Amino acid sequence: MLNAGMTAGERLDQARLLQLYETMVRIRVFEQRAEQLFLEKKIPGFIHLYIGEEAIAAGVITQLRKDDYLTSTHRGHGHMLAKGADPRWMMAELFGKAAGYCKGKGGSMHIMDFSLGVLGANGEVAGGIPIAAGAGMAIRMIKRTDQVVACFFGDGATNRGAFHEGLNWAAVYRLPIVFVAEHNCYASTMSTPESVTVKDLASRAQGYGFEGVSVDGNDVLEVYEAARQAIDKARAGGGPTLIEAKTYRLKGHYVGDPQKYRDAAEIEARWEREPIGRFEHILAERQALTPDEQAQIWSRAEAEVARAVEFAEASPYPESREALAALFVVDTGYDY
Amino acid sequence: MTETTYADAICRALKEEMEKDPTIFTYGEDLAKQGGIFGQYKGLLGAFHDRVIDTPISEEVIYGSAVGAALAGCRPVVEFHFADFLFTGMGAIVNQIMKIRYMSGGQGSLPIVLRGPDGRVRSAAAHHSQSVETLFMHIPGIQVAIPSTPADVYGLLKTALTGHDPVIIFEHKMLYAIKGEVPDKEFYIPFGKAEIRRAGTDVTLVATSRMVHESLAASATLAEDGIACEVIDLRTLVPWDKTTVLDSVKKTGRLITVHETWRRAGWGAEIAATVQEEAFDYLDAPVHRVGARNVPDPFSPPLEDFVMPDRTWVVEAVRKMLGKPARVS
Repeated sequence: MLNAGMTAGERLDQARLLQLYETMVRIRVFEQRAEQLFLEKKIPGFIHLYIGEEAIAAGVITQLRKDDYLTSTHRGHGHMLAKGADPRWMMAELFGKAAGYCKGKGGSMHIMDFSLGVLGANGEVAGGIPIAAGAGMAIRMIKRTDQVVACFFGDGATNRGAFHEGLNWAAVYRLPIVFVAEHNCYASTMSTPESVTVKDLASRAQGYGFEGVSVDGNDVLEVYEAARQAIDKARAGGGPTLIEAKTYRLKGHYVGDPQKYRDAAEIEARWEREPIGRFEHILAERQALTPDEQAQIWSRAEAEVARAVEFAEASPYPESREALAALFVVDTGYDY
Repeated sequence: MTETTYADAICRALKEEMEKDPTIFTYGEDLAKQGGIFGQYKGLLGAFHDRVIDTPISEEVIYGSAVGAALAGCRPVVEFHFADFLFTGMGAIVNQIMKIRYMSGGQGSLPIVLRGPDGRVRSAAAHHSQSVETLFMHIPGIQVAIPSTPADVYGLLKTALTGHDPVIIFEHKMLYAIKGEVPDKEFYIPFGKAEIRRAGTDVTLVATSRMVHESLAASATLAEDGIACEVIDLRTLVPWDKTTVLDSVKKTGRLITVHETWRRAGWGAEIAATVQEEAFDYLDAPVHRVGARNVPDPFSPPLEDFVMPDRTWVVEAVRKMLGKPARVS
């Protein structure tokens, strides 16, 4: 574990600390509301919640520039929000409405906004890793800019071939990629100790000749510091880093998951260490957050999400014929 | 007009477009230093040192990276080495390249070109011989070209390199060395326009790639018996030129599809189904499909010859359809 969290945190100014806190709160509130709406059957399909993992998106993505890229996962709401997505268009997408980010063609699991640099949440585990590799190639080998790519995936993805191919590829071409393994202890229903024999997933980077670091993924300042170093290194041409952010998936794999593979007591114990409460303690100790400010941040987030839900509910569904649009830029007139 | 090999025509198209567009880059296995596994890219590296890149044998990233490169503003041209190895990275192609634009609701464009060798070559056996174009016709999300001549591979690749959507181009291994006339002035061939290679009135042969040449050879043999075949080279499968095929069938009343890929559920079945839906009344005989027997391509020459279609299969199919057995010589 990095020991630099507190040091890093001390260097951060008040505005930055509050930005991290507010980002985490906005994600939490969005996710809680999405869960509720799903249970009310207002959201079709499946949704995968980021509750308990907010510190990772906040700690990494708030440091990215607008022109930096990220690739996300099936559990991608938090990444989108942290990169600056509008909750109204996100919620509309979750509802399958025409005003959604993907006009109702992607849904929760495939939400994306290329203009924000979000190259897609992805329904395939590790699906974003090759995509990140390609964006890294374009940046370093063709466009020669100082953009970086943050590539998010879960512990399950580290058992996919794409992970191993992608890490090696990034090392070989020294690509500006920050790989972020969100180690939330479960790959769908399988626990990490059942599926991996190494203690730290970060050690897998050694096999490809670059640095891997394990951090407490529920400590936003520790994530922030590891990400700061990795982003700086990538931007300066120093190549990739693997950050393993150890966290815990406080909710089921998806909303409605019967969770036969773990005990309620295990989940309960983990709630003690959830990242928002922990950060509130740190902020309170440093007198960086007054109770008033804290209440305001929560009520702002709740109002924002309430507006998003209102927007999504009021938005129309897409016309049926829209199903035939957007496959190609230049329509071939082929037999749809 | 210059006589050029199929392989050189590919390099010429790449060089011309790379010259114009600094965002085009091409990568794959054995591509840069070796000049391609069949030597088909000889000279390309010298011209564009930074943009012709050898990669590790990592197919999932070779294909999937094209999405990221395209979304980051480049035009990746990905060489797939052997069509057989498309399968090792198929998730990246089918789930990412072919779907991301649609799933994003039409954000951005994905000007990706996947291209490389397919088809049989003497005794390469089942891991280096497959023709898999039908799969990419079946799954929506990519345009499919399968050119038979140097001029066509040049013109279709040029179109792909200046387009906005994912394209896959299948180049038959046994065609790389063939020569043909390619105009000196630059030109582009649109997708979805078939070419009538030989006009005829008795039977329509619809073919692609190497089977166009086999069908033409068969037609020459049949012409000696007074049988006039019309040979249509589809050139692209997505989209495919329905109009040209239907017009021809309405004239000849007979259709045989000819492909090297497996007969079962090969693209010939799609053409056959469409023709019976839209020109049933014009048909004088059931549509016939020529294609490989439904087993993996075997290694030993007599086994491979038994499985893979050639001109003799076409001749036999036409004679059977017309009820004209071969003359006994």
